[in-house]
Amino acid sequence: MPRSPIFLEKRGYRQRRMMDAVRLLPFLGLMLWMVPLLWPVPEILPDATPEPTEPTIAMSVALRYLFGVWALLILATWALWRRTRDVASDGGADTKDGPR
Amino acid sequence: MVSLNQLVAVCLMYVAGLFIVAFAAERAALRGQGGWLLRSPLVYTLSLSIYCTAWTFYGAVGYAARSGLEYVTIYLGPSLVMIGWWWGLRRLVRIGRSHRVTSIADLISSRYGKSNTLAIVVTVMAVIGVTPYIALQLQSVILSLSIFAAADVPLAEAGGDVINRGQAALWVAAGLTLFTVLFGTRNLNVNERHHGVVIAIAVEAVVKLLALVAVGIYVIWGLAGGLSETLARIDASDIGQWEVQGSRWAALTVLSGAALLCLPRMFQVMVVENDDERQLQIASWAFPLYMMLMSLFVVPIAVVGLDLMPEGANPDLFVLSLPLSQGQNGLAMLSFLGGFSSATSMVIVATLALSTMVSNHIVMPIWLAFRRDGATQSGDVRNIVILARRLSIFCVVGLGYLYYRASGGSGALAAIGTISFGGVAQFLPAMLGGVLWRGATRAGALCGLGTGFVLWVFTMLLPSFGADVALSSATLESGLWGLAWLRPEALFGIAGIDPTVHAVVWSLALNTLVFVVVSLFSFPAPLERLQGAQFVNVFDHSGPARGWTASVAGSEDLMIMAQRILGATEAQAFFAREAERQGHGQRLPEPTPRFVQALERELAASVGAATAHAMVAQIVGGASVSVQDLLAVADESAQMLEYSSQLETKSRELTETAAQLRAANEKLTQLSLQKDSFLSQISHELRTPMTSIRSFSEILRDAPDLTDADKNRYATIIHSETIRLTRLLDDLLDLSVLENGQVTLNQREGNLRDLLDLAVTTAQAGATRPLEVLRDPQAEDITLTSDLDRLVQVFINLVTNARKYCAADQPQLVISPQVTAQGLVIDFVDNGHGIDAGSEALIFEKFSRITGEGDGAGLGLAICREIMCRLGGEISFLGNVPGTAFRVQLPQSVLAPPARDTGPAVGPVVGADTRS
Repeated sequence: MPRSPIFLEKRGYRQRRMMDAVRLLPFLGLMLWMVPLLWPVPEILPDATPEPTEPTIAMSVALRYLFGVWALLILATWALWRRTRDVASDGGADTKDGPR
Repeated sequence: MVSLNQLVAVCLMYVAGLFIVAFAAERAALRGQGGWLLRSPLVYTLSLSIYCTAWTFYGAVGYAARSGLEYVTIYLGPSLVMIGWWWGLRRLVRIGRSHRVTSIADLISSRYGKSNTLAIVVTVMAVIGVTPYIALQLQSVILSLSIFAAADVPLAEAGGDVINRGQAALWVAAGLTLFTVLFGTRNLNVNERHHGVVIAIAVEAVVKLLALVAVGIYVIWGLAGGLSETLARIDASDIGQWEVQGSRWAALTVLSGAALLCLPRMFQVMVVENDDERQLQIASWAFPLYMMLMSLFVVPIAVVGLDLMPEGANPDLFVLSLPLSQGQNGLAMLSFLGGFSSATSMVIVATLALSTMVSNHIVMPIWLAFRRDGATQSGDVRNIVILARRLSIFCVVGLGYLYYRASGGSGALAAIGTISFGGVAQFLPAMLGGVLWRGATRAGALCGLGTGFVLWVFTMLLPSFGADVALSSATLESGLWGLAWLRPEALFGIAGIDPTVHAVVWSLALNTLVFVVVSLFSFPAPLERLQGAQFVNVFDHSGPARGWTASVAGSEDLMIMAQRILGATEAQAFFAREAERQGHGQRLPEPTPRFVQALERELAASVGAATAHAMVAQIVGGASVSVQDLLAVADESAQMLEYSSQLETKSRELTETAAQLRAANEKLTQLSLQKDSFLSQISHELRTPMTSIRSFSEILRDAPDLTDADKNRYATIIHSETIRLTRLLDDLLDLSVLENGQVTLNQREGNLRDLLDLAVTTAQAGATRPLEVLRDPQAEDITLTSDLDRLVQVFINLVTNARKYCAADQPQLVISPQVTAQGLVIDFVDNGHGIDAGSEALIFEKFSRITGEGDGAGLGLAICREIMCRLGGEISFLGNVPGTAFRVQLPQSVLAPPARDTGPAVGPVVGADTRS
């Protein structure tokens, strides 16, 4: 990288951190959406035991959680787009100032 | 109640509306109007919504009714991919734009060295993978139609029990084909957006979203009585608990994310039809929003449907049957249109994408291969390409229809969709690997794709038909060929996994493994390496992969070809633009490498990279400089270097030969001169005695009165002269024999002393003036093996010479033999006045006599030299001693005992002890 400054002024610094956020957001989303892997799943037994042995996650809770995360991610992406649209859409400029 | 006829009428009106919108968009685009709309991110996002097909519209509710929230994974994966646009999509879109990629097959083939094999493999896989999906769309339209038909009381009473599904499917298929042909093949350049299609799809996207949201709102607030009531109802229903298996949750999320990238239709709208990265950036939040809205009302509709609809109703059609059962005809109609939109938009785009792939990678290469004369000759390539694309559209839709008829329209929608996803997801390793990793090779991609595809067919596609259809139940139970580790649903003996997870994990994992391992151990072709570098470093503005160079004459050919593919106006515009850029307005642009490169990309947008490359290569032909050509040139120059060095060697050899010839010629000339002088000398030598013989014999004949003394004296002279003549002739003969090498040496063993004794005695015989010969008998006691007679001849000659020519008062000859490392040396030194330095070179020549005195013919020393030469030795004149000195040298071999017994030994046979 020829002659790129090591330290930037505040605005440039902010923009870079915003681009970092754009890059990291999908991983946050993945982690949040993989949380259901930790939820208890009712054992499907042939002799269906009448009393639930452990509390399961109700459908409404699951719905609220998943769609809540969804809405959050969309909002975050939208907000980041508002902050970074000049940077990221500027062709190759992103690679110039964004450490990869 | 809505009658079927009403429905069909509304449907036709809707389709007609779409046609009008599409036409309007095409015309607007043609006039350059409405670009803001056609290129707006909104339209781009809406066109992405073809991801949500009838599978989403109808199938998601059925899916939710069967297995709870699992359906949502189909949208979570794509949402993550969109939100993570920075990582993958941005790269794909940039590559797609800069390389004018026309399809996913084109992308993969282009990345791996424009390999058409790879393109064909990807195309075939895509067709096989997507055909069930197209069939699924037809099925959903027919199913929804049949719902209305069943509810159509008058029709049912009239005995028209259900609609003829096969016929209806055929009509739908035909309509879709017509639309796709009309709007999908208007322009050849795939990179130019199909404005009509895109606008129509955007409209359909709005319709299906509105329809689903409307049904959802009606269900929540109209049927369930509010949000909280709905949630309570959801918790109380059969699917009121979280019961999704973790493995399926993760696997389906990954699979759907992969499918978003790999589905040919998604690639078409996302990468090929994209013309600005800004669109992608907006879609990164807008498209997840769309998907969230599409899936938001799925669970409520499913739950309420399960509650309200009679037992056994198909949950896949709740979206439609629920409003219908409540008498909400308008809503049902809207819902039907939504489902219809989902199905048709998917089929149109999928068919468009597939037909591009089929025509570019299968039909065109075959056509080009059959036309040896190439694209410049007769025939309009443009028409051929469009025809090929239209035929491909027919084929693809036809295949979907056939699959629908063959499968009998059975099976849950979700299952078919997942299978299709699994098939196309096999492209992921080759595609992402190619875009992110420069080490990925064509061999790796081919092997990985093959492995993944075979595993997908074996573990997912074939078992999906059920036992004893494609795979026998025996195979399903105990594995292929009875091998337990080849069970389609429990590979390698690992049983108990959900079949979908099993198939996805094994096929993708082994696909990736084979791809990586083969890539690691194979070596890419040069073009492949350059394309790889360009793809992976697409943001670094890397230089052109290779340069074309063409003569100016090539420009016209290129123009002709470009016109046939791009169309006359487009081609002329393109050429004019390039000429402008190069700085000469009117004329054709110079065929600079950059221009030809740009032209190839332009053509690639119409016919695919591999075909475009082949076509340009045909025209630029010999002058094209690809990397392979460069390598070939390098090879050639290496060959030329080798050749020139060979030439050099040969010319050196020739020079040497010429020098040898010159030397030989010189020698021959000398020999000729020698021969002449020899002849003159010999005639002189012969004439002198002959003259005296003739004179004296004439005297004897003509003078009668001669005294006896005179007669006697004259006869004596004649006699002595004849003797001299005889000797001369003998010597000549001897010399001739020696010189011709015809002499056979008579190898014998003898003592040097005996030889010298013999020589001295012979030489002194009859001598008037005795020569004192000084010898060293001790040193002479050497046993020799040689031709002793010849050797003695040499000795006699030397002693005789000394006797004859030594001018001293007391002539003396010293003979001193000595044994050296080289052999035997015998010096003959007399006390005469020696020979002039100038004459030294001549004394061994024939007829050379230094003083002119003496009776010899001057052949003695010449004969000596020849003899010594034959014996392997040498005779030389020693100039640096007082008196005349000759040295006779004999090789080491004469001192050794004879190798073979060729003759009787002279003297005692003595061993090596005689050597000093």
